[in-house]
Amino acid sequence: MRRLCAVLLLLVVVASTVAAEIAPADRRSGYDIMGRELRAMQDDDTANPGMLWVLEGATLWKRGAGTAGRACADCHGEATTGMKGVAAHYPAFDAAKQRPVSLEQRINICRVDRQQAPALPYESRELLALSAYVARQSRGLPIAVTIDDRMQPFLDAGRAIYERRQGQLNLACGQCHDANWGRQLAGSVIPQAHPTGYPLYRLEWQSLGSLQRRLRGCLFGIRAEPYDYGAPELVDLELYLMWRARGMTMDAPAVRP
Amino acid sequence: MASALINVPPKAKRGEIIEIKTLISHVMETGFRHTQLGAVIPRNIIRRFVCTYNGTEVFRADLYPAISANPFIVFSTVATESGTLSFQWTGDNGFSVTESADITVE
Repeated sequence: MRRLCAVLLLLVVVASTVAAEIAPADRRSGYDIMGRELRAMQDDDTANPGMLWVLEGATLWKRGAGTAGRACADCHGEATTGMKGVAAHYPAFDAAKQRPVSLEQRINICRVDRQQAPALPYESRELLALSAYVARQSRGLPIAVTIDDRMQPFLDAGRAIYERRQGQLNLACGQCHDANWGRQLAGSVIPQAHPTGYPLYRLEWQSLGSLQRRLRGCLFGIRAEPYDYGAPELVDLELYLMWRARGMTMDAPAVRP
Repeated sequence: MASALINVPPKAKRGEIIEIKTLISHVMETGFRHTQLGAVIPRNIIRRFVCTYNGTEVFRADLYPAISANPFIVFSTVATESGTLSFQWTGDNGFSVTESADITVE
């Protein structure tokens, strides 16, 4: 009985600990903690299923769309040079919206305003293909979101969401990803939640998916009501996570269990 | 749309065992799942994969509903002569994709 009490007490202590930020030297991406086979799958461009989307994205990049009949390449040129490092800077500030937008939103803004084509639905094959193709051009580059006076309030909002307890399980993101990373949650290792490889191919999804899909999955897991795709809260959270992973190497399109 | 990725070594020595990797984009819907309204989602899978080397079949696989989406098939064969390896995936709803890769054997 005493022992049980001690265990319960320990659990309470663990659950109530407000974890400090992970020191830069201790940061690990999902790639660093996953197994040898999965790493090999990610590193080999002919074994990484994310490359199927990247190849499709390369086709879409050159294809004209909308009433303007303009292709991405007509303005941006070759993605291998023009889009190099771009995904590592997102979410970025959009002057028209007066707030940060995610890479997916940026692509859709371009589609609507420049190509005069209908916006692509979130998680549609085309939008994933384009964002994967753009993100692929940042592979190996450090994550570097720009934080200035305009971005600061949104970063703070993202941090607040990250630190706020949510859902029926009353958990904050940091309670798993800062305080208990590296330990097991059922059969899986708890990662530090650094979004280095999005959009990524998740074996569980059997598909490519965006960071927002992952965040919604986490929210569902703690039994909170997930924010809608493209919701400002999700973009703020994305911004905070990217800032938290600043300097880490992009590995999109990644493969994760 | 590029729906398949093939990795065949471009050059090989005669008699060498070469590894061939193929990855194809496919949902591999099992036919066992239901929509939220209870309707069965019809099965949509690749049924067969065949690889021929200068017209001779060197590898064949039958695929079943338990195979994951975007099947990744790796196999090996002996490099006998220069020529073309062709790959064919066929499945439900008239699915058929053919790809090929050239190899030089010295």
